[in-house]
Amino acid sequence: MIHGPAVEWKDDKTVVKKTRMGIIMVSIYILVYAVFVTLNVVNPKLMKMDIGSLNLAIVYGFGLILLAVVQAVIYNHYCTRLEDKAEAEDAAGHDDSNGGEMV
Amino acid sequence: MNYSASPLAIVIFIAIIGTVLGISYHFARKTKSAEGYYAAGGNIHWSVNGIAFAGDYLSAASFLGICGMIAVYGYDGFLYSIGYLAGWVVALFVVAEPMKRLGKYTFADALDAKFQSKGIQLMAAVSTLLVSVFYLIPQMVGAGTLVTPLLGLPHEAGVLLVGIVVIVIVATAGMASTTYVQFLKGSLLIIFSLVLVFLVLSRGISTSPDQGGNVEYHQFQTIGVTSLTEDAAVIEDTSYEVIGQIRVKDFVFVKLSKDGIESIWKYDEVNSVLSETQNIATLKDGTQLYNGEPKENGKFYQVGHLSEIAGQTDTATKGTMNLLTFTETIKEGTVIRWGTISAIDGDMKVDIYYQIPTAGTDVISPGLKYKVDSEKGALPKDKIDFISLMIALFLGTAALPHILIRYYTVKSPAAARKSTIVAICTIGLFYVLTLYMGLGAMTNGVIDLTNSNMSAPLLAKSFGISIFAIISAIAFATVLGTVSGLIVAASGAVAHDLMDRFFNMKLTEKKKVAAGKITAVIVGCIAIVLGILFKSMNVSFLVGWAFAVAASANLPAIVMILFWKKTTAKGVIASISVGLVASLGIILLSQETFDQVYHLVNVTAPMPISNPAIISVPISFITLVVVSLLTRKKSVPQPTITDASAIESV
Repeated sequence: MIHGPAVEWKDDKTVVKKTRMGIIMVSIYILVYAVFVTLNVVNPKLMKMDIGSLNLAIVYGFGLILLAVVQAVIYNHYCTRLEDKAEAEDAAGHDDSNGGEMV
Repeated sequence: MNYSASPLAIVIFIAIIGTVLGISYHFARKTKSAEGYYAAGGNIHWSVNGIAFAGDYLSAASFLGICGMIAVYGYDGFLYSIGYLAGWVVALFVVAEPMKRLGKYTFADALDAKFQSKGIQLMAAVSTLLVSVFYLIPQMVGAGTLVTPLLGLPHEAGVLLVGIVVIVIVATAGMASTTYVQFLKGSLLIIFSLVLVFLVLSRGISTSPDQGGNVEYHQFQTIGVTSLTEDAAVIEDTSYEVIGQIRVKDFVFVKLSKDGIESIWKYDEVNSVLSETQNIATLKDGTQLYNGEPKENGKFYQVGHLSEIAGQTDTATKGTMNLLTFTETIKEGTVIRWGTISAIDGDMKVDIYYQIPTAGTDVISPGLKYKVDSEKGALPKDKIDFISLMIALFLGTAALPHILIRYYTVKSPAAARKSTIVAICTIGLFYVLTLYMGLGAMTNGVIDLTNSNMSAPLLAKSFGISIFAIISAIAFATVLGTVSGLIVAASGAVAHDLMDRFFNMKLTEKKKVAAGKITAVIVGCIAIVLGILFKSMNVSFLVGWAFAVAASANLPAIVMILFWKKTTAKGVIASISVGLVASLGIILLSQETFDQVYHLVNVTAPMPISNPAIISVPISFITLVVVSLLTRKKSVPQPTITDASAIESV
């Protein structure tokens, strides 16, 4: 029985950049989330502040949900672009080596 | 309240269960290998897997528990929605792709990929089993909750029914069928939640919500008090006879009798009035009376209304609304919420449900369940408990075994990432809807005071039996799908991690699948028993515990293996062990457990907080660091996931 990874693993040159971007994204979210939790504990009255038809508590809550969606889309766009670029470079490198043999 | 089955509900229920079993049968014929059973062959499309993620995640806790908690506590229930969704950020940005790169079938595979350590295999499997069982309990409780109004069967029958169907699903086809069941159910849940919110907004809000004219709302009365001492009470309405008082904690309740029916009223000292309560009296012989009468008489009423809308306290109604005007109306009104207290009256035990008029601004702000405001008596331990819960919700998602194994059902790390994004969008939309479903239940006179978990299905029932049957059947399928996923995770832990790897039993593919199926049956039976034992607890609250255990035991190990080069196998083992012991220890010694699980009356628990994450997560991290540093001389420094070149050798 093989217990290795479920996919054929290839050297993914994009891993470092994707990981760095992931850490930046999660750090931003942690910060916004921590402010939310802190406000609830330190100044719960502030969460009752009217913001149009809603209040800060609901707007902040919806904002956290929306932020997660927006960050996810940005992150995916960034990662996909990196992967496409790496793939194109690999393909170009492959073509060059083939070309070299032909010459 | 009384529940009776409708033929339409039964037909729709059977149709959904039949579809689920049909899917299982279809995939059972294709599932021959271990990879097919545990990881659906890694062939699921990322978009399908994303919705299936949502299906896995939007469990009974989300649909039943959160909506029920919002219906009872307002905004504090919505905090669960926020925390549950926030957890996906960690899953996407930190865990998704590395898990896919490192693992094959189970979360233990990924943890153990760099070390090949027996200890990690054992502890990861134990952790998976414990978290899965913790998560299973609320799902089974949710199943029992649903089947009562849907089919008119007792709670135990619901738990048994789900247990049996799920065992059949998992024991036949494994992850492939579970995935498509989740996809189907996740899609339906979102669609019909949208429909339900649309119906809530269309109906509007009334001080006397009559469920669209179908059920007359009980008008709760008040009676003026002329005088009240410890020995006697004189009231203005002479048609009632005063027969006694019940004093419990700071509350004074007056027992009245009219036409031979006893009722209990709460004394409001400030306004010198008695306000009508609802009560369930358990007599010495076990007989229960609901508001002084047998349950069949239907005198125990559904509740939930505003006593004041836009400054009007008489019968006031506000018609069709949008998302903004709906919350604004609640914010500017007064909501009648209900509290509960138990008392001993002679040789009877009485559960008294009393009205709590609450300003709308408080309903849509934090503080009704979790005490956070010092001016309202919140202690530092209350605030710590709240922070601890929010930490557990944030960190728990990315460490739940049944979520982690879904990363192995797609082809590539990129597909794992994309499926997570689909999940975030879908789940985010649903959690926004939970606020409106919960507040809808709170103001539409549909809450069953004996079971807040039923709020969302009963809200649907107020719009007609068809929508109720569909929503309940979807919710039931929700439970089926989530339980299936959990049982697959648990059976993977036993058959793959323990039997095949830890005990090195060298199972063939066929035997490994067989071992997984047998484990599924055993875990399913355990889940049935626990679902019956934990009947009365809010399912979202129970899931909060599962998140805390997962965040404490699994997440530190996952994060440090990915990002800290000095992590050693012994550090990981110690971290999982300490995380498990610390989180479970705090939960089992907390006041909530003493009150609601052990049913110990007037016993103070040794742990001041109920949510362990704020203590157990840091302890688990620190343990990993300290033990890794102490044992690192004997180990070669390991690469982290950020070392792209090094991963190739994993």
